[in-house]
Order: sequence, then C-alpha cells, then structure tokens
Amino acid sequence: MAHKRRELLIDPMVDNNPITLQVLGICSALAVTSSLQVALVMSIAVTLVTAFSSMFISMIRNQIPGSIRIIVQMVIIASLVILVDQMLKAFAFEISKTLSVFVGLIITNCIVMGRAEAFAMKNTPIDSFIDGVGNGLGYGLILMLVGVIRELFGSGSLLGFTILPTVNNGGWYVPNGLLLLPPSAFFIIGLLIWGFRTWKKDQVEDREYKIQVVESH
Amino acid sequence: MSEENKDLQTTNKGPIGRFLALPTDSVPKTVFVAVTLCLVASMIVSAAAVSLRPLQEVNKLKDKQINILQVAGIYDPEADVIESFAAFEPRVLELATGEFTDEFDAATFDDRAAANDPATSVALDDDPAGIVRQGNYATVYLLRDDAGEIDKLILPLHGYGLWSTLYGFIALEENGNDIFGLQFYEHAETPGLGAEVDNPRWKSLWSGKRLSDDDGTLQIRVSKTAPAAGADFHIDALAGATLTSNGVDNLVRFWMGEAGFGPFLTNLKAGDI
Repeated sequence: MAHKRRELLIDPMVDNNPITLQVLGICSALAVTSSLQVALVMSIAVTLVTAFSSMFISMIRNQIPGSIRIIVQMVIIASLVILVDQMLKAFAFEISKTLSVFVGLIITNCIVMGRAEAFAMKNTPIDSFIDGVGNGLGYGLILMLVGVIRELFGSGSLLGFTILPTVNNGGWYVPNGLLLLPPSAFFIIGLLIWGFRTWKKDQVEDREYKIQVVESH
Repeated sequence: MSEENKDLQTTNKGPIGRFLALPTDSVPKTVFVAVTLCLVASMIVSAAAVSLRPLQEVNKLKDKQINILQVAGIYDPEADVIESFAAFEPRVLELATGEFTDEFDAATFDDRAAANDPATSVALDDDPAGIVRQGNYATVYLLRDDAGEIDKLILPLHGYGLWSTLYGFIALEENGNDIFGLQFYEHAETPGLGAEVDNPRWKSLWSGKRLSDDDGTLQIRVSKTAPAAGADFHIDALAGATLTSNGVDNLVRFWMGEAGFGPFLTNLKAGDI
C-alpha cells in the first residue's frame, strides 16, 4: 500500500507527467510562465486545488449521480478556486495582483478535472489526495522549467532578481521579447516533450498511420 | 437476503437513511445531491468572502496609499504606511468647475463608485482614453511643505491601454505644470512589454517634464519621436508596446486637458486655490 502511494506521488513527475505525457493544462502553462514567481504561486494553487478537489470528490463518489457528475465536480473545484483567490487577496495581495485573472482560470485547468474524473471517482480519498498532490507537482515542475527559461532570457532576471542586466536598465543583455509572449511557451513545452520522450522511450506514442512501402516494378 | 428482509432494513433507517439508500441515479437522489452540494458550496464560499473582506479592503487601501507615497517620492518601506500617508491632505474636487467641494468626506470618497453612479457621473461622447463614464468628482491629494504652502499635487488618472484600464497617479509640482512623477497601481498589460509602464527607468523619464507650454497649450506627448514643441514635453514611448504607450498618451492628455483637471490647473495657476 505504502509503495503504491509513493508511486502515486512520484509517477506524475516524469513518467506520467500531466503536461508532457497527458498534454493537459497547456493553456495556463502558456499564460503564467512569463515570470517565475507567478508560475510558482500558480503551481502551489493548482496543487492545492487538485489535491483537495480530488479528496472531496472521492469522499462523495458513491453518492454522485452519473448524469450530473461533471457538474458536481465543477462545483467543488470552482468553490475551492474561489477560496484560493480570496485567501490570496487577503494574505498575499501583491501576488494576487500579478496573477489577476489566472487564479480564476484554474477552474478550467484540464488537470484538475482530468484527475477528478479519471482517478478520484474510482479511488479512496487518501489515494486521490496523494494523486492530486503528485499531479499538481508534476504540473509545477514543468511550469518551473518553462518559467526559468522564459524569465531568464526574456527579462534577464529570476524571481525578480537581475541575473543578466538588460539594455533597458543600462546593462548589456538584449532580452528576447518573444519569450515574454505566450507562443514561446509552446516552443519550450514542445522541446521539453521531445526531450522527455528521447529520454524515456516508452512515452513515445505509436503512429496513427503507417507509410506503405510500394514495391518497385 | 430475502426481498422481505431488505424492505424491512430500509424502512428501519428513517427518512434520511431511506433517501440515501435510493439508487444513485434516481431523479429524487440527483436533485437531492445537486441541491445539497450547491448549498454547502455556497455557504463555504460566502463565509470565506465575508470573513476575509476586511483584510482585503485593508490591503487594497494600503496598496493605493503606498502608490501615492511612491509617486510623491516620499515612500519609506520601513515606515508605517498609514502614518506616512497622514502627510497628505485629501480633497474632493469638482472637475467641471475645478474647485474643491466639501459635499463629500474626502477620506472615504470612492472615485470609482462615483464614476459608476449615474447621479455623479456622465457618459463620455468624446472619449479618447476609453473611460466610458467619467465621474464628476475626483479625490486629489495635496502635499504641503512646512510653511503650509502646496508642495506637490497628486492627481488620479485612468484610461484604457491594450488589454486593461490602467489606474494611476500623476504628481505635479506646486505650479501645476511641472511633472514630478507618474505611476500606475493597477493594470493588466503584457508582462515585459506594456507592463514596462512599471519600469523605474521609464517612470523616471516623466520627472521634470512639463504639461503645457508658456501659452497654456497642452503639449505633453508619449510618442516615438519628439514632437515639435520640444523634449520638455516628450516622453519616449515604450519599445514593443505601441498600444499601451498610446493609451498612456491618451489618458494623460485627457486628464490634463479641459475635460479632466484642466479647469483645476487653470484655477491653481491663477492663484485661486
């Protein structure tokens, strides 16, 4: 049992990463990674929401009618997201200012609903909680990687501390403006998926088509 | 278990037990689960919203005060914000006449609520800054020197950039024409591009610029190339953020013009304040 739970926590980091393998939650990964601090808070928020929503959904999973299960999941997730938003506004006002609308968008993050539907509806509350934490951390790991690349080369800083002094501030580094725009995260995540699948060959999906060899005449 | 025994068991559980024992997909159970869940969720959410509101209000107010202190150049991170803020004298200004009014309590007057209230605002026809409804009144902050003379004026301004309405303050010297600083405290422009309005280096460009020339014509511009009026009236636009820069240009010109604080600044220059 303990072994299984450890797997639930560790698996989503690399072997079953929600972003690079399941390709979920891309939208918010594009939006919040232009600075590392925002990405960090977003990761924590998503981890908390995924873990607790999975736990609560799992608790009442035997009472949820199949016909309204998605709505029930949404209500629980949305309530938790509002809680997180209110807490941030009360206790971390500066960060809630920079995250602005993205906190609300956790509701639409596919990872949260994906774990609720795929895991929490069939497993016990504690397992679901651990699975939620694991997936949140897996999501956070990719966000951190993308955030480091984008902030370092896009604004020459990390967590707001200057690493490469930019020309705008009288330094020498000409920042890459593309990295501050959402499309750059597509390239970085694409390269990460490539890297992950080169490292872990079993993540490579089978082709949906086969090129037919035509015999020469 | 025989059919009879099963019936007996469910009837023994009382009304709630019987209800929970209903098949999960039956209509009454579905309605029951939906209603219960919504009730519980709404109670939790409203409890959180109500109990945390005082803290959030304090944060918002503090953030605004810090910004006013910063734009006036007297912000000290070590000092207590409320104490430092006491240096300012808030006054409610009637924009059309450019005179102070004591109709409202300046300490609690809410500019944004007033701008949404049809009784204290007008819908704009000529609206270069994307304001839609402009309040008739605005709270301004006066910083007086030791002799009691006005040292700096902090005027609120807002307008639309690329994605969002930018809210900020402009600090003017006592003559009502020289700019001391400009700062936005709320916006959602693109990080790294439009959000560079927060860049200290860009903000420092505003210091020492002038609003109007000697004839009283409003000349201040945020643009790529210097206007004919000269460098005294020109702030270099942000690279890669043309629309945000245009937004800032529009909102500064709007608020410093006749529809904004123009009448007040005229009064000030005439020595009527």
